[in-house]
Amino acid sequence: MGASYSEIMSKKQEIVLKATGINYDEFEFSPISFDYERLMNSCGYSLQDVQKILLETGVGQTQLVELKNLTELVRLIAPSGKGGRIFVKDEAANPSGSFKDRRAALSIYHAKKSGYKGVVAASSGNYGAAVASQAAKRGLKSIILQEVYDNRKVGQPEILEKTRACEAYGAEVWQLTVGPELFYIMLRVLEDTGFFSASLYVPTSILGIETLGYELAKQLLEMEGRFPDVVLITHAGGGNVTGTARGLIKAGSTQTAVVGVSVDLRGLHMASDSDFNRKSFTTGHSGFGIPFLTWPDRTDVPRNCARGLRYLDRYVLVSQGEVFYTTELLAKLEGMERGPAGNTSLAGALAVARELDRDQILVVQETEYTAAGKMPSSQLTFAKENGIKVTRGNPRENTPGKSIVIPERVDQLRVEDFSMDKIRHSYIKNAIKAAGDYELTEADERFLAEDSKSSLDQVREVIQSSNH
Amino acid sequence: MPDANKGDLIQIHKIVLEPEKRPDNLPPSTAAVPYECWIKGFLMNENANMGDKVKIKTFIGREISGALYQVSPKYDHDFGEAQKEILSVGYEAFQQLENKHKANRE
Repeated sequence: MGASYSEIMSKKQEIVLKATGINYDEFEFSPISFDYERLMNSCGYSLQDVQKILLETGVGQTQLVELKNLTELVRLIAPSGKGGRIFVKDEAANPSGSFKDRRAALSIYHAKKSGYKGVVAASSGNYGAAVASQAAKRGLKSIILQEVYDNRKVGQPEILEKTRACEAYGAEVWQLTVGPELFYIMLRVLEDTGFFSASLYVPTSILGIETLGYELAKQLLEMEGRFPDVVLITHAGGGNVTGTARGLIKAGSTQTAVVGVSVDLRGLHMASDSDFNRKSFTTGHSGFGIPFLTWPDRTDVPRNCARGLRYLDRYVLVSQGEVFYTTELLAKLEGMERGPAGNTSLAGALAVARELDRDQILVVQETEYTAAGKMPSSQLTFAKENGIKVTRGNPRENTPGKSIVIPERVDQLRVEDFSMDKIRHSYIKNAIKAAGDYELTEADERFLAEDSKSSLDQVREVIQSSNH
Repeated sequence: MPDANKGDLIQIHKIVLEPEKRPDNLPPSTAAVPYECWIKGFLMNENANMGDKVKIKTFIGREISGALYQVSPKYDHDFGEAQKEILSVGYEAFQQLENKHKANRE
């Protein structure tokens, strides 16, 4: 049954080089630092090129919609003069139903241009469907690897829906049980097929998402004559934050606060078979969000181009119950029935809007399609079947893996700030640890400062504390 | 009659890694069980019964072997049951806005 785990892992570098066409060694400065911008630009696509390539397959140029009823609802409970205006970028209108089409489109175009016959992606979420859909459009074959089942062969309805969608677009889907060996399977399949690795973390993936930040800034400028004050972004692996923030900067929207939002699933182990079905959200949660900020280079490529910490101004958590509640509000008050991914940052927006003045603008930068398996009714049914207690009440009493509390009123929605300094500290420490026995130069310190949006002094403080 | 005939859409099952072949540092509940996989495709053997070792042609034309697990696999995820904890959420908010509009008119 194929090559062994250690055999494949030892060939990792060689397989990745062949499957991405990127020699990551070329961009390394030292065991700590690398040339991020040169890596991002190594494929030679300008933002305008990317926009054009995306439009060829019908990706992007989605509507930016003002959520007037939700804004009004927030103002009912906000302090006098408060209650910022909430807009949403309706990314569900993309071909496979989410912003992930942007993330896949340029990679698949690049794979085709580079002569690959097919593409491989590891994703249990919308990205897999986006890769399969874009591959269909470009006449390439696709293989999608999904972590689906626990050892009872029970799978979350949302992931089962993604299997269906990928197969609907013609992909060969591998439905796997829980485990980090997904990466091993990915390498094995890449070696067997010679296909392109449509990794979530290669430059073309992030460049595709830049169009989202760029578009929303330009659209709002056109509609309201100004850039957004706050953009809220559902955060998991960091690509959505990174691409959107880079796009905002390219559009000139440099004063916008970039806020990452994740569902709070702290305490559940992501590689645990028994914890796997005790969560109702497959992505956009703290189980990915926190580790990817504190150590981004944990992925299927040597250097991750999704580096959220470079761009985040604030990182907040919301509870599962708050996201279900928000999903209901969006459907019933705004006539938009959408899936949980975008509704995570929307739940954050309903809380953050209360802090802002009435003339300030918040943009929730994505929605996703919904379907059987993705709806609150389906996910709450599954939660109850897996022993999770579902009640209405104070969402602060929500306990990941044990209970889901649906708020009773909109004023109960809150965001919990996760300390950015704590994340920066962990990231710098992890980088030093990964470099091993190596003395940092001043250039390394400058890299770490830039990579974590810290000051040089902050970096030096962590280095000093690590030496003791 | 065999469970499946050549050309039928089936699902195969494979044990990718037995527990002892899995990497170290897995949480106990994961380390204790094999790493498994299911793939769909069209049966290439003349016919087969459940559990037989068979070969399939996948949706992209690749040939993969494994044990016959299911014939004509269907998607059985659904919309779930109506959930009383969320059923009234929308109307409550609607009423809040309605009351405000009424108060504004008065």
